[in-house]
Amino acid sequence: MADYKKPLPTPDPVTQPFWDSLKAHEMKIQRCNDTGKYFFYPRGMSPFTLSDNISWEPVTGKGTLHAFTIVYNQRAPGFSEEVPYVVAMIDLEEGARMMTNLIDVQPDPEHVKIGMPVEIVYEDATDEITLPKFRPA
Amino acid sequence: MSISGKTAIVGVAESDEIGKVPDKPAIMLHAEAARSALAEAGLTKDDVDGLFTAGISTTELGEYMGIEPRVTDTTAVGGSSFVIHIAHAATAIATGRCEVALVTHGESGRSRVGMARPAIGPDSLRGQFEAPYGLPQPVGAYAMACTRHMHEYGTTKEQLAEIAVATRKWAMLNPKAYMRDEITIQDVLESRQITYPFNLLDCCLVTDAGGAYVMTSMERAKDLKQVPIAVLGVGEGHDHAMISQMPSYTSFAAKQSGKTAFEMAGVTHADLDLAMIYDSFTYTVLLSLEELGFCAKGEGGDFVSNQRTAPGGEFPMNTNGGGLSYTHSGMYGMFAIIEGVRQLRHDYADQGIRQVKDAKLAVVHGTGGVLSSAGTTILGRA
Repeated sequence: MADYKKPLPTPDPVTQPFWDSLKAHEMKIQRCNDTGKYFFYPRGMSPFTLSDNISWEPVTGKGTLHAFTIVYNQRAPGFSEEVPYVVAMIDLEEGARMMTNLIDVQPDPEHVKIGMPVEIVYEDATDEITLPKFRPA
Repeated sequence: MSISGKTAIVGVAESDEIGKVPDKPAIMLHAEAARSALAEAGLTKDDVDGLFTAGISTTELGEYMGIEPRVTDTTAVGGSSFVIHIAHAATAIATGRCEVALVTHGESGRSRVGMARPAIGPDSLRGQFEAPYGLPQPVGAYAMACTRHMHEYGTTKEQLAEIAVATRKWAMLNPKAYMRDEITIQDVLESRQITYPFNLLDCCLVTDAGGAYVMTSMERAKDLKQVPIAVLGVGEGHDHAMISQMPSYTSFAAKQSGKTAFEMAGVTHADLDLAMIYDSFTYTVLLSLEELGFCAKGEGGDFVSNQRTAPGGEFPMNTNGGGLSYTHSGMYGMFAIIEGVRQLRHDYADQGIRQVKDAKLAVVHGTGGVLSSAGTTILGRA
């Protein structure tokens, strides 16, 4: 894994629990307890009410494809070898939306369909960082 | 107090050269354009007491040009910034905080001379939640949003291509345009795939270019060299920074900025003679037209079909050839303003269909970031 060439995140104190949950292969995101709504990316307060009344909650890792693009042209190290690949936005079952790669699918608009059900795949990029990827469910 | 009609754009200019300018750093492109815009207005740098820019700081620009303003504004929200500067300058002038505002742009987008290199740190929000997935920015962001429009409204790649083809026809009339060979819808569809659903000809150019405009009060404008072009309505806004946080991929801040600008100006869509709509990508235009209210939601594809926006069409749009074919240094908004002003002054009166006949009212709309920010201005010939 030392030869992982693509950009990796450096967690900050607010986002650390998210990255820890991925490392444990049990993704958690935050919920605003005033409104009951989930949100992503992690924040130090609710974006809906600015309240501190938020908590980390496990999610199912199931969702649907909201939007996507197929990248044919990308020179950045690590990605250039993988083109074409799919960058996707996933609507999680709980209501929040996140960017990811859709994997285990033919990178072709005939096969990548908005609305298709998807599920999380935990990709252990390094010993420290696990990325949330998704595949057709 | 309304600022509508209280101020005017009195001078506009590009840098001495645009396109490939490998021997000039970005800040010089700012300064060259500024010098020409002031000269066109019949003003000098010593008249300037309000300074506005984006891409670099106004402190750097003031230092380079020897200008010490009493109003300073480096609002930098992407390519729409210069349209938003019209609003800020109009407000500053109308309230007496400054009298002559200079707004500049300059980017060595192609040659990369003297350009800041913003790094995306791995602990930034983008570094954590977008960078790991390899979305090419900004093109991939617009492409992803576009797939949602195609899904919800049945918008097609052919409809998007209509925009590129019509815009190229305008560029063929503009000697300053970078790309001037005729293209067809088929050419767009068969150009190199970049990131689905965009092919190369759905995407703007990458050039070196500077631009500038000068504003003052309508009262003072009447004594200057050019036909003053009144600032009748302005609006601005934003609703996200990263594409992964955009609330809806088929709606953005243009809806609000446009409504605000139209209401301030007291004009309707049918009153307008031309539209300068930021065209970083074909989808940017299609979505902006819907959000500005030129057609109903989801009907952008039909609206641009049959070359309606081409020279001689019912809806003259991006008459300089746009960011798609004329120039796009990185933050194109400045050039949409320059062209809107020139059309309203009738600068092209001796150039046949290049001049929109009897043009009196124009909308100039800028989009910034990844559909993040919007600035709309209604300009009018007094």
